[in-house]
Amino acid sequence: MSGPLLDVRNVSKAYGSTVACAGISFRLWPGEVLGIVGESGSGKTTLLHCVSGRLRPDAGEVIYQTRHRGTVDVLHLGEAEQRMLMRTDWGFVHQNPREGLRMAVSAGANVGERLMAVGARHYGRIRDSALDWLDKVEIDTGRIDDLPVTFSGGMQQRLQIARNLVSGPRLVFLDEPTGGLDVSVQARLLDLLRGLVARLGLSAIVVTHDLAVARLLAHRLMVMRRGEVVETGLTDQVLDDPQHPYTQLLVSSVLHP
Amino acid sequence: MTATTRDPQYNFAYLDEQTKRMIRRAILKAVAIPGYQVPFASREMPMPYGWGTGGVQVTAAIIGPDDTLKVIDQGADDTTNAVSIRKFFARTAGVATTANTTEATIVQTRHRIPETPMVEGQILVYQVPIPEPLRWLEPREAETRRMHALSDYGSMHVKLYEDISHHGRIATTYDYPVLVNDRYVMASSPIPKFDNPKMDNAPFLQLFGAGREKRIYAIPPWTAVKCLDFEDHPFEVQHWDDACAICGATDSFLDEIVTDDAGGRMFVCSDTDYCSGRVAADQKESAA
Amino acid sequence: MTAMLSFRDVGKSFVLHQQGGTVIPVLSGVTFDLMRGQCMALTGPSGTGKSTVLRLAYGNYRCQHGSILVCHDGAMVDIAGAEPRVVLEIRRRTLGYVSQFLRVIPRVPTLDVVAEPLQAIGTPQDEARERAGMLLRRLNIPERLWSLSPLTFSGGEQQRVNIARGFVAGHPVLLLDEPTASLDAANREVVLDLIREAAARGTSILGIFHDAAAREAVCTATFDVSAVRAAA
Repeated sequence: MSGPLLDVRNVSKAYGSTVACAGISFRLWPGEVLGIVGESGSGKTTLLHCVSGRLRPDAGEVIYQTRHRGTVDVLHLGEAEQRMLMRTDWGFVHQNPREGLRMAVSAGANVGERLMAVGARHYGRIRDSALDWLDKVEIDTGRIDDLPVTFSGGMQQRLQIARNLVSGPRLVFLDEPTGGLDVSVQARLLDLLRGLVARLGLSAIVVTHDLAVARLLAHRLMVMRRGEVVETGLTDQVLDDPQHPYTQLLVSSVLHP
Repeated sequence: MTATTRDPQYNFAYLDEQTKRMIRRAILKAVAIPGYQVPFASREMPMPYGWGTGGVQVTAAIIGPDDTLKVIDQGADDTTNAVSIRKFFARTAGVATTANTTEATIVQTRHRIPETPMVEGQILVYQVPIPEPLRWLEPREAETRRMHALSDYGSMHVKLYEDISHHGRIATTYDYPVLVNDRYVMASSPIPKFDNPKMDNAPFLQLFGAGREKRIYAIPPWTAVKCLDFEDHPFEVQHWDDACAICGATDSFLDEIVTDDAGGRMFVCSDTDYCSGRVAADQKESAA
Repeated sequence: MTAMLSFRDVGKSFVLHQQGGTVIPVLSGVTFDLMRGQCMALTGPSGTGKSTVLRLAYGNYRCQHGSILVCHDGAMVDIAGAEPRVVLEIRRRTLGYVSQFLRVIPRVPTLDVVAEPLQAIGTPQDEARERAGMLLRRLNIPERLWSLSPLTFSGGEQQRVNIARGFVAGHPVLLLDEPTASLDAANREVVLDLIREAAARGTSILGIFHDAAAREAVCTATFDVSAVRAAA
């Protein structure tokens, strides 16, 4: 496939006089993981929500290369199509797994829901897919019928990932995927994500304030500050040879135990 | 069949004419969009919510002086609620009432479809407590409306999936969710799933009224009604090993009645009219 | 004869914004060609910018001036200013780098650390692990350590894992930063053997060798970095 998977053009969003995103443009290519880093208030989360169809920007276009229908402007898709896209081709991993899971239904149902939503009607096969995915995200398959409330935070996050990936999406958006988790749990989760991204050839946009997460997961970085992209480039280059004053500040502020 | 004179203190069938028109408009819309829940301005009725106000309002809007009304509650004509609703219409509309399914033009029901097959020209009015089949999953009305609009029904199968994973089979035995006219998922009302096949491609008109929730929906005659299921767990109706202890029927929905403290039980037809009809026919035959 | 790696008038300086915008010039006018099968040593005293040259070649540092051309898929590609995905592709298949220190990802076992570059070019996991194992064995990393993360290894062991990882995929261009530092005599010989074998296969190598004997043993050319040291 030629051409970028996602072409974001001039996306702007303001909340009153506060500019969250000031005309941001970038492209994402198949198999690429883009990290968006910045501190609170940088606009990175707003940008993520705008390009993933969850928030309507004030201006700009988000052009997505579909599997069979050429490119579409996501922001101008009908709601039914947008929902379909978000349920099949895309995934969204929330920082708080409770926002991305149905807490009142079993782990297996959580994973199988996307399949059922697009017409899967064979219980046995749906259950097998769920078992397969629980295994891939290192959740004990014996817990397939348990409710997510009985899972630890790390397990809930892994369940959320499985729920998103079961439909074989091409593009996954991750909002601080390791935020709020214990360090050892974070390490395990990042490993899992790295492996899945590589094995499944996923493209992803990861928003994080943690540079270590960015270094581990992202191929390229965009550094945001006050709604603007101040630096962009290869991850190791941006972190090892930062050019912009703000990037240099960020990098030098990281604590090394 | 019994006839009474109408109490002149009330407008015909209790509701004022404007209200009846409003309800009829809702009914027309419902019939035009099978399975779609139409909001309506449910009125204060002389019985509390939960006692059939929706069904009563639908019946009140469509009933005319020449109609014959049958009212059943869990299949029986002689339970308190069935009796009281029947008396209500006898008094406010002066219509003829009956316990005989074939004689009725309108049948109002709670929790059963009559065993005697209904025909073209008859209307079945269901009393519905919760019209929204997605409510168990999604408490927000705005969201469920959106889900219906976008045919976003994956979650309905999630419920059935959960049943199978917990009980080994689909455990829903009443108010079974159905897909109407290949478009809307609908709550069939708390009728046992045994009755669901009767809804499919039926020759009679089916109207559903939910008074507290203020919704009316409908299935016009000859409409496809399919019960949601899985390919490897297809929809099945209930079966009994026993026959009705009174009339010997093996094809009707049976109620289990505990007869003593020693665990004795017997099974009888839930549909009293059907049961007594079979007994009468039997007696006629043996007399002949 | 094609140059596999070419520097053309490359200049590099650092601007330390955290220190009031102090400018630290490092390199100026760096021009050289690394030919196929050639092993070139970067020479010069410590601090002249030898590691910087390697990092520029790898795309890890950004140059302020000039071009850095790598022969990739038969065409010369300028790493300076190339799109990140192009640089990553070049690193995947053409350009290998053995840094001075192994960057450890906590949970990945040593065998997989070494096998990864092979898997990245499409080698099936079993075969990749087998070839990784062969290299680890040559570098005297015992099998009992292969399932562990290199996190707890000694400096020398970590460096040998790093070297194995750099050589395993057989990249046509290799950048080596002090590959024999912190190694005992036996392991140093192994590494020199690996370099010789790679050069014999046509691999172009650009390396920094603190140890003069090692440098003389394998290198066929030198480039004096102090000569292109930028004026302060």
